[in-house]
Amino acid sequence: MRCLITGGNVKVFGKAIHSLSRIGDELYVEPTEAGLSLRAVNSSRSAYACFLFAPLFFQLYEEGSPDPSGETFRCKVLMKSFLGVFRSLPSLEKMAEKCLIYLKPQASRLVVQLHCKYGVTKTHNLSFQECELLQAIFNKEQCANTLRAPARVLVDAVVHFPVTLAEVTLGVSPAGKVSFRNYLDEETETSKTMMTELCLSEDEFQDVQVQQQSHVTFCLKEFRGLLSFAESSNLPLNIHFDSPGRPAIFTLSDPLLEVHLVLATLSDPNSSLRAQPANGAFPLTVPDDDFAGDDIDSYMIAMETTCVGEAEPPSSPTFPQRRTHTSAVPESESSDLEGAVPGTPPTEEVPLLVLWVGADPVSGQDTAGAQPGCAGRGQRRRLLRGHLPPLHPSTPLIAWVEKLDFASPSPLLEGGSCFHATEQLEHCQ
Amino acid sequence: MPLSTQPEAGDDQYVLVASLDNVRNLSNILKAIHFKDHATCFATTNGIKVTVENAKCLQANAFIQAGIFQEFIVQEESVMLRVNLGVLLDCLTIFGTNSLPGTSTALRMCYRGYGYPLTLFLEEGGVVTVCKINTQEPEETLDFDFCSTNVVNKIILQSEGLREAFAELDMTSEVLQITMSPDKPYFRLSTFGNAGSSHLDYPKDSDLMEAFHCNQTQTNRYKISLLKPSTKALALSCKVSIRTDNRGFLSLQYMIRNEDGQICFVEYYCCPDEDITESEL
Repeated sequence: MRCLITGGNVKVFGKAIHSLSRIGDELYVEPTEAGLSLRAVNSSRSAYACFLFAPLFFQLYEEGSPDPSGETFRCKVLMKSFLGVFRSLPSLEKMAEKCLIYLKPQASRLVVQLHCKYGVTKTHNLSFQECELLQAIFNKEQCANTLRAPARVLVDAVVHFPVTLAEVTLGVSPAGKVSFRNYLDEETETSKTMMTELCLSEDEFQDVQVQQQSHVTFCLKEFRGLLSFAESSNLPLNIHFDSPGRPAIFTLSDPLLEVHLVLATLSDPNSSLRAQPANGAFPLTVPDDDFAGDDIDSYMIAMETTCVGEAEPPSSPTFPQRRTHTSAVPESESSDLEGAVPGTPPTEEVPLLVLWVGADPVSGQDTAGAQPGCAGRGQRRRLLRGHLPPLHPSTPLIAWVEKLDFASPSPLLEGGSCFHATEQLEHCQ
Repeated sequence: MPLSTQPEAGDDQYVLVASLDNVRNLSNILKAIHFKDHATCFATTNGIKVTVENAKCLQANAFIQAGIFQEFIVQEESVMLRVNLGVLLDCLTIFGTNSLPGTSTALRMCYRGYGYPLTLFLEEGGVVTVCKINTQEPEETLDFDFCSTNVVNKIILQSEGLREAFAELDMTSEVLQITMSPDKPYFRLSTFGNAGSSHLDYPKDSDLMEAFHCNQTQTNRYKISLLKPSTKALALSCKVSIRTDNRGFLSLQYMIRNEDGQICFVEYYCCPDEDITESEL
């Protein structure tokens, strides 16, 4: 892997790191054919962000060849150390002319080199850990509601909330009313708390598509991080969301850059029960595996897909030109899925995870032939689409779902928020 | 010296009298060496030198020459006193650190001699504050015996080029390694922290480099915790001279231009860490 960033893009890259640093403590770096992907997930796995920089973003981009076993290189580095390289954005803008990122396999170091004004060179040899793929599974196409607005509008809206506010509720109604208000949990005494609600006119948005009235509550911190990036890069922000408890997906899109932020939303205890059938997910008796008997996990893996064939590979932010290549995939996949209608327990076809971290479980089973000359990637796309190829009951599912402890009863969010583990299992369908 | 009970003693009773129209010309430079509270002041007719030390390994000196003061009288050959620098700075900035534009605090500093307090008269906008700071027993300061004839390598840099480097030093690293060499990498600052190592290279032909006189390759390590306080001096300075002698001792001299355009100097001396073995390089 070797990539060179020049000029103003160095600052954009730095800003992206700052934005990602609001999410998690580790930065997942993956050079792919579609570009350099940087991802982060928070410790409770309720927030996930992915920045995919297209090869054209770089002056030079070499993804590097896979190792002899066919595994592409992926690693994670400490967010703190990566952030340290780009800490001061003003000086980055003023001083940095080039940024070179490459891998030193012999020394097991990821090298980030900044070439600054006056010939000064900063070389950071960062230690890294090889890791599995980090991929959240979600599908923005399934979301009933979509908003699109210049980042400025949203920045101006959230600026009214106190910095300490943890969560904000976004509400829309089909009449075109969009509102933000501070979220108060049930224990808060409303008489002692200030409530702030902002109503935005439909005219402020570039696009408002509301199919159902809904209110979703999500974390403000991560959202602010993305907003500040969106504002500096002057990109409009898309918000895709649905009923409470299902993920809110925030995207930025540019030919050179694709950004996805997925935030868990607070589920509404009254609506979560009916949300499930409505989404085509269903409880399932799980095949014999490590998840058996675990309610949450079976719930998680039970979400049989109705989304196969949807246009958007949910997880992998892909570029326009890449999409044309992949458009054939859904058709070919849909044949695998015949019979997988909502409500039918899957036989061997397993599932769809909300957020999973895992290795490619299907090496050697290239069923995604639709992508010529790119078997490994094809497989991954299939996974990303949320539909895994048949697994034998004996296949250790846990092997590729790397320690995703969804069953943990601990609150998903720091600070004692009332997000609970189940709420993270947004139905990705 | 005759003891006087009269508070309004004449100037001739003081061994040191110094007046300054803008106290910040003094307070700013003292802040640049404020990493320990015990400061030793030496005054001669040339000016005042204030010395602060840490761990018998680091010494910082601030030189405020007589010309900076509007009035500067030293009655003895040299006057030495020790004060608590934190208290002195608190007094000097008693009217606040950010005065309104156009206003400045005037200072008259008097010292009557051994055993007497250091007396400060501070005036701003017609308000006068009188501070008396008890002085302490002066202690011997370290002699680093840093002699310019033993200097092996010397670099003068515009401070701008080092400021960010010092501000962003990886403090998880125990040491700052300084390499100076007539050949590549010429001048390199390295840290070895939890997250890996980082190197900062300055080419000798860089526009930041005002002078480059390196005779032999030297790599020395200095405790980063000792050098970090010098960031304060760096922040104020316009140029910095970095020198190492044949023992690996480091001298950092900062040229500081005050608000009235006058030049003062702050100097840091630091001992190197124990010798590094070849394998560690």
